[in-house]
Amino acid sequence: MKSAVIVFPGSNCDRDMAVALEKITGQKPLMVWHQEYDFDKVDFIALPGGFSYGDYLRCGAMSARSHIMKEVIKRAEAGVPTFGVCNGFQILTETGLLPGALMRNAGLHFVCKDVKMTVENADTMFTSAYAAGEEITIPVAHHDGNYFADTETLDRLEGEGQVAFKYNEDINGAQRRIAGITNAKGNVLGMMPHPERMIEPALGGSDGRKLFESVMNRLG
Amino acid sequence: MKARIHVTLKNGVLDPQGKAIEHALGNMGFDGVEAARQGKYIELDLKSTDRASAEKEVDEMCRKLLANTVIENYSIELE
Repeated sequence: MKSAVIVFPGSNCDRDMAVALEKITGQKPLMVWHQEYDFDKVDFIALPGGFSYGDYLRCGAMSARSHIMKEVIKRAEAGVPTFGVCNGFQILTETGLLPGALMRNAGLHFVCKDVKMTVENADTMFTSAYAAGEEITIPVAHHDGNYFADTETLDRLEGEGQVAFKYNEDINGAQRRIAGITNAKGNVLGMMPHPERMIEPALGGSDGRKLFESVMNRLG
Repeated sequence: MKARIHVTLKNGVLDPQGKAIEHALGNMGFDGVEAARQGKYIELDLKSTDRASAEKEVDEMCRKLLANTVIENYSIELE
């Protein structure tokens, strides 16, 4: 599986993502700087966590309008599996590839800890290696992970199986405890927790590994 | 021409920062505050001298970048 990690000024989980992808897929991912206009054909695009552009204006707002994102949006719309973690999730909502918005945590605190969450839909290309309803532990580290969408959108997300993960407990005020969602087509996933930081026991657990394995299985 | 843009959270969108401001003011003894909402103010110096085209352009800027219309409203003043 050939993958690419998009790097913005202020990304800080790009190397974690690269290490996880290399260990699991056996291939070094392409690291693509935000000022590029194009990059080699890949099977998987990752938008890493961090504080791109210093979170200026709104988290992910600047990155979503960068040169490279025009290409990422084009490929995501064409069906390339695209995965955004934390700031990457914020960027995906800012581009409109995913619905809703990520707001300041309801408790106003930066939340940095391992959280338990549940796999709500194990039929997506990102979650098929998990069991439906499986409880997994993945770390979060964010200030703006409070997922918001209007009631109609939330009902649609839940009804169509687009909610991939939910927190077991409310940690940030997110509507319906949503931790991660996919687009309607199912090839774009955004989530606040960091599966790339949980890929082997030495890191405290390996619950994040199956997410990458799911995509590999799908791509064959 | 100057454009003054206010970006505010939509009604019904929880504003934890506004709530914190409201509580802090209460703690300081300002007990006349019923609610606080926090927003953004953006000022642009425009090249344009034509009001109608400027208004159209700034509106597009708001929709495409300055506001996230999922959660925010905006208002524009030109002078």
